[in-house]
Amino acid sequence: MHERAKHLSCSGAANLAAPENSTGGGKTVDWLELSDAEWTAILLSLRVATVAMICSLPFALGVAMLLARGRFWGKAVLNGLVHMPLILPPVVTGFLLLLLFGRRGPIGAFLAEHFGLVFSFRWTGAALACAVMAFPLMVRSIRLSIEAVDRKLEDAATTLGAGPVSVFFTVTLPLILPGIIAGMVLAFAKAMGEFGATITFVSNIPGETQTLSAAIYTFTQVPGGDAGAMRLTIISVIISMAALMLSELLANAAAKRTIAA
Amino acid sequence: MTLLVEARHRLGNFSVDAAFTSDGGVTALFGRSGSGKTSLINIIAGLMKPESGRVVLDGDIIADSERRIFTPVHRRRFGYVFQEARLFPHLSVASNLAYGRWFAGKQGKAADTTRIVEMLGISHLLERNPSALSGGERQRVAIGRALLAAPRLLLMDEPLAALDEARKAEILPYLERLRDDAGIPIVYVSHSVSEVARLAQRVVVLEDGRVKASGAAADVLSAPAATVATGLREAGVLLEGVVETHDTTHDLTTVRVGERLIRVPKIDLAPGHALRLHIAARDVMLATARPEGISALNVLEGTIVEMTPGEKGSVDIRVDCGGTTIASRITSFSRDALQLHQGKPIHAIIKSVAIDH
Repeated sequence: MHERAKHLSCSGAANLAAPENSTGGGKTVDWLELSDAEWTAILLSLRVATVAMICSLPFALGVAMLLARGRFWGKAVLNGLVHMPLILPPVVTGFLLLLLFGRRGPIGAFLAEHFGLVFSFRWTGAALACAVMAFPLMVRSIRLSIEAVDRKLEDAATTLGAGPVSVFFTVTLPLILPGIIAGMVLAFAKAMGEFGATITFVSNIPGETQTLSAAIYTFTQVPGGDAGAMRLTIISVIISMAALMLSELLANAAAKRTIAA
Repeated sequence: MTLLVEARHRLGNFSVDAAFTSDGGVTALFGRSGSGKTSLINIIAGLMKPESGRVVLDGDIIADSERRIFTPVHRRRFGYVFQEARLFPHLSVASNLAYGRWFAGKQGKAADTTRIVEMLGISHLLERNPSALSGGERQRVAIGRALLAAPRLLLMDEPLAALDEARKAEILPYLERLRDDAGIPIVYVSHSVSEVARLAQRVVVLEDGRVKASGAAADVLSAPAATVATGLREAGVLLEGVVETHDTTHDLTTVRVGERLIRVPKIDLAPGHALRLHIAARDVMLATARPEGISALNVLEGTIVEMTPGEKGSVDIRVDCGGTTIASRITSFSRDALQLHQGKPIHAIIKSVAIDH
């Protein structure tokens, strides 16, 4: 059983990895040891999720602010749009991204031409897909925390001479920090697990767009890929748990400072 | 310093239409809850924009609806102490205090942190979090925070209303010091006669969003017109007096009011110090002959000058005691039994312990 697993994992990795990366099939690789290809998938997933989380944060904050505080025509439409990825089949979202951000898509072509930013079949595309899919979760979490802020505190800050921008950075932002952290972790977790939209938009290219989920999927498609799938699954559980615990820690630290006076 | 406020504003079926002026010191906006006090002070602060009105401080037009001038709240430099302290929960006491100072820039540096912190007695709290403070401490920090922003005008919206009697007694002396030392004009909103009696130089009585009376505190609070705004129980007179002597064995202080001496529970003020006493009409008894063997320490001779029927069978009787008017609220039954009428000599009896300083 041990021998077989070793062998199979290597063959799975060989399937996954780019040709120049293929590790010697017959070498003594421990059952739990990750192949280069698996490492690549993990690191890529971490990078994609982190970039997706950080890049969508300012937009999520802005949209959450608009939804929580703004009074404008079309607010319901904006709210619906933001929540679309949550209810649409991920494949549909991925396909829409392909239409809009693909090489020939209206936005994709514009960005490629003016900023040299290409999404299709690149890891940046995976990050975009993850960001879009995670966006509603982040917005929701931040919006709830904004709605919970006591506006009287902001009034008090204004009477002390703080203008609107200062009030936001010195009062509102510190008070909604736990919500932002929670939103970021949710988004990160969602991005780590995102599969449908990513694979539809940027396909499943090892080393470029093959994230953890896609790699696990690939393992399950080849005969004897179970061991590799299992290794990546364990990694995936560990990363998710670590993210969750980190967020609890951060949120606790933030909440300790903001016990309502 | 002169402050001119005019405001007309409609809120549902309630409307504010009020104007008053103040020339420094403490101006109290006084009235029952729902009389429009808070709306008016929010209009002064700029937190509420009236449909029409003006706010002018020392000739500087802060807001004028006709000229379309509206200085945003954060540029007015009006300090505001709210009913709840509204300290920033994510900042320490020291950072809360520094907040306004930082935004005040150059003027902020002029504010003397040490002196204000000492005056409010909060130097031992600086490192703490707002959540670790008592209600009274929080309110003192809030006052300090407002002062350190170097305000041109200090607005206080019932700063003591959320506190119990002990906490109120703890803060009132600080407010008196603030009035006497800081030199910043204050607009003080309150529905408590004793607070207003103790702090305000000028009183503006509001009722249903309209100014019902305004003028010097002693005049306004002693006039029968204030009765409605103060409510049945607190109506009375405000007397200006001077501390005469202290009786340390019995913890009593004798206060000279006009020609008369009134004994009250001990007050920590040096002889010669001016103070005000609020005597509620319900705490004053009347007797046609000088009573013997009575525990009340103050028996003042006088004559009845005015009798006004009050609510629920009561009668408000104003007695002139050597130039000082005392109000007494008795039942119409007693009035008939004692055969009281205008000009009748009478003894007004006041229990010392009933007198508010």
